[in-house]
Amino acid sequence: MINISDNATKLNSLNRRMFILATAKIIILGGIVSRLFFLQVKENKKYLTLSDKNRIREWKLPPIRGEFKDYFGNTIAGNFEAYQLHIIPEEVEDFRYVIYRVKELLDLSEKQFKKILKKKNEIKPWETLIVADNLSWEKFSKINNHLYDLNGVKPVISISRDYPYKENFTHILGYVSQANENDLLTNENIKEKFAPGLKVGKTGLEKSFEKKLIGSNSVERYEVNAYGRRISQLAFQKGDKGETIKLTIDTKIQELTNELLKEKAGSICVMDIYTGAIIAMHSSPSFDPNSFVFGISQDEWQLIRNNPMKPLVNKSLSGNYSPGSTIKPIVALSALENEIISPDFTVQCKGHNNPLELYGQTYHCWKKEGHGFVNLREAMKQSCDTYFYEVARRLGVDRLSVTAKKFGLGQKVFKDTFDNEKNGLVPNTEWKKNALGRNWVLGETIITGIGQGFIQTTPIQLCLMTAQIANGGYKVYPKIVADDDNQYADKFTPLYKKSRNIKIIQDAMFSSTNEVRGTSYRSRFDDPKYQFAGKTGTSQVKKITERDRELDLKTFQIPYEERDHALYVAFGPYKNPRYALSIIIEHGGSGGTVAAPLAKELFKMIIDRHEIRKNYDNKKYLDI
Amino acid sequence: MYQHTRFNNKNSFFQKFGNLDYILLSCLLILGLISLATMYSTDGGEILFHTRSHFIKFIVFFSMMIVISFINIKFWFSLGYLSYAIILGMLIWTVNFGITASGSKRWIDLYFLNLQPSELMKIFIILCLAKYFHRMKTQHVNSFYAICFSLIIIFVPMSLVIIQPDLGTSLLIAISGIVVLWFAGLNHKYFFYSCLLSIISLPIIISFLKPYQKLRVLTFLNPDRDPLGAGYQIIQSKIAVGSGGITGKGFLKGTQSYLEFLPEKHTDFIFTLYSEEFGFIGSVLLLLIYSIIIYRVIRIGALSRSYFAKLFCYSFGTSIFIYIVINMSMVLGLLPIVGSPLPIMSYGGSSMLATMIGFGIVMSAKTHSQQSIA
Repeated sequence: MINISDNATKLNSLNRRMFILATAKIIILGGIVSRLFFLQVKENKKYLTLSDKNRIREWKLPPIRGEFKDYFGNTIAGNFEAYQLHIIPEEVEDFRYVIYRVKELLDLSEKQFKKILKKKNEIKPWETLIVADNLSWEKFSKINNHLYDLNGVKPVISISRDYPYKENFTHILGYVSQANENDLLTNENIKEKFAPGLKVGKTGLEKSFEKKLIGSNSVERYEVNAYGRRISQLAFQKGDKGETIKLTIDTKIQELTNELLKEKAGSICVMDIYTGAIIAMHSSPSFDPNSFVFGISQDEWQLIRNNPMKPLVNKSLSGNYSPGSTIKPIVALSALENEIISPDFTVQCKGHNNPLELYGQTYHCWKKEGHGFVNLREAMKQSCDTYFYEVARRLGVDRLSVTAKKFGLGQKVFKDTFDNEKNGLVPNTEWKKNALGRNWVLGETIITGIGQGFIQTTPIQLCLMTAQIANGGYKVYPKIVADDDNQYADKFTPLYKKSRNIKIIQDAMFSSTNEVRGTSYRSRFDDPKYQFAGKTGTSQVKKITERDRELDLKTFQIPYEERDHALYVAFGPYKNPRYALSIIIEHGGSGGTVAAPLAKELFKMIIDRHEIRKNYDNKKYLDI
Repeated sequence: MYQHTRFNNKNSFFQKFGNLDYILLSCLLILGLISLATMYSTDGGEILFHTRSHFIKFIVFFSMMIVISFINIKFWFSLGYLSYAIILGMLIWTVNFGITASGSKRWIDLYFLNLQPSELMKIFIILCLAKYFHRMKTQHVNSFYAICFSLIIIFVPMSLVIIQPDLGTSLLIAISGIVVLWFAGLNHKYFFYSCLLSIISLPIIISFLKPYQKLRVLTFLNPDRDPLGAGYQIIQSKIAVGSGGITGKGFLKGTQSYLEFLPEKHTDFIFTLYSEEFGFIGSVLLLLIYSIIIYRVIRIGALSRSYFAKLFCYSFGTSIFIYIVINMSMVLGLLPIVGSPLPIMSYGGSSMLATMIGFGIVMSAKTHSQQSIA
């Protein structure tokens, strides 16, 4: 049936077609080879890089944070070795057994235990599970003794923040805590150096100097597989510790301020009147920043947050207070400078039976019986309100505000160093029109003269004001970092028109503390070495009504929130002034009885320690 | 008319032995060794399951191939339709009672081996069509009846495989069948028109594809669309091949595969791993070995007396070539990803079995090259 010739045609066609396909095959093969050439020879570099990118991964470790030192080189925020317990779940044969064993050894509560189990479920099995981040030495050694039985458990020593002086420096330094999303978003530097376990400053100088303190990461380079699991370590690159920052604070004085303000709400600031160095600055009540380092417990946090004395607020910088009578030196100075009054200008204070009456309003002096005829020195000494009503009336608020601003009120003392510093407020007619849309009334000028009404100051501003009066009226820039040698052009420029006026104010402040009938006479030193000059202040929290005046209650009879703030500003030693301070005790009562006695204790120590501080300064140069 | 008689071997056993194509045999052996070495590398430099299993399969099926080559080509001719029918039956069995793995039903459990009938179909469709066209007169080849019948032979197993679903294998089955049609002398214009038709209907076909298949096409067009998802395989494969360079990263030093960035490294992507470790030179060498194998297969066809043997050898050689090209183009990013193993190199019993049966028949054609089939 099969025809020979047909068979031959078929075979011919078959061979012809084979030939066509063979040619096609060679071309296709050439295509594949050229593709291989393109990928493996021409683009080799690119793909080699991509392959390395695939397999090499870097792990950043949290850098070691820089320390804070006080003026004498004591560490006030340092690092300590925290004993931690890590488990890598996949390296543990029997996780359940091990974790129960650990629970037993560490006495973990059910709540803590559940938290750990929850954390374990969130991470990948080859990632580190931190079971405990800050163990006591006893527990740490107990774990170490039982290691034979705890396969896969790793006792680790990790570097962590430590505040050895606990609550003493809280408001200056702030505290560190685990970096959160917000920190990463707002601070590029933190974002760049972020590594799990990184702790960053949340408030205070810890936050402000984050960039200097943070240091640089150590980097571990690992070969990893497609699932991110580390196969082998390729390199380790050690990072640098953050910079150490030296402060101007004297720890001994700082501790004393903490002692003095114990169980009170308030603030103490101490400043060198020539260099502007802050010797102490404390806000009370304070809290232990160490409890934030490993995350504060909810209970503890609520306790701090809900405390009516507001421990979280740095009162020295963000407490806005009516200055009360502590403003009087500025009012008097302004009047003298503007030649409104002479030191001999006299006003009659007639007491509550016959108060000053202006435009239908009555203005009472604090003293029921009145002061009689008083001149400037006498009015400052006894803090006569009536005298200053009259001076303020003559001076006007606008001229007063110029002098007040010159002496540092109404603006941030530390510029941008602290993010929570408040401006305070020095009112004038223009301000009121812009801010409140109403015209200034004369009555407001009069109460501004005794530091009430719109005027608001922070304790550090009052301290700076006093320092600038004490140094003879020259501008200083406060600093808290020791080697902060910002050269301000207007440093030490005179703030007065006539230096005699400053002398008059200094003398009046001296009389207030050191002469009979002075408001802080009881807190004086007789030894000229320690003698200081000051001005008391009692600022009203609530307007005094006629009824209150009749009742004339003692401080302890008034509810806490309605009691007056007690203030005191001072400088010393009087003969050769060197330090200025401001004290404020919230709802403490009268400045003369509550705040001024603290100044006495402070000056004793400040002046005693002046020699040490000076010698330390000199020694520094001698050592070189 | 062909009459089935008991094969009375005119050639003695030793003559047949001498007639074996030793170049083809040694190339297959070398390929087997290379594939074993590569498999050893995929196991991370240890003799583990894949290496052991691949070794056993290679030895068993290679021996089987030698045995097959001693069986008269007439026997395979006579088995043409029957074997096709048996595999078709297996495919139907698979559709109903197959083993499901990663979403498709492809395997039959034979206790000692999970058989994938679709792989066998790639070879036996060639056998069946070669037999069909062997008897046909030239003028009948382009008849409506012949074309329809051969298309049905192709279409039935293809659709059975598509519903598994296994697009890659069904395409390879179709290609194997079409290759036979081409060699049988089907008019060029049919190929031309059907090509044109398929290009025109491509968008419509795409709209009928399953979502994951559509994704593969889109990914092929732009692998960076989703580098960690659908584009992952192709990107990692290109990185592996490209980073191999001229000489490769060295045996057992392919980081891409060792660190598990490569998917499917035992099966479809075995060439990627080989290419990463042995580089451009190694890859060209592998291509050379494949080329020699295909050349020898076609040469055996050319030397065969019977039309059936020629048709089978040419088609089988061409199909193997196409499998290789599709697999390599896929891993080099020239084609979308379709499941297609690299013959002999890839892990997989059924593929190895089918390929070895194919080579066995080719070898049988060699040892019986003077055998004419009525």
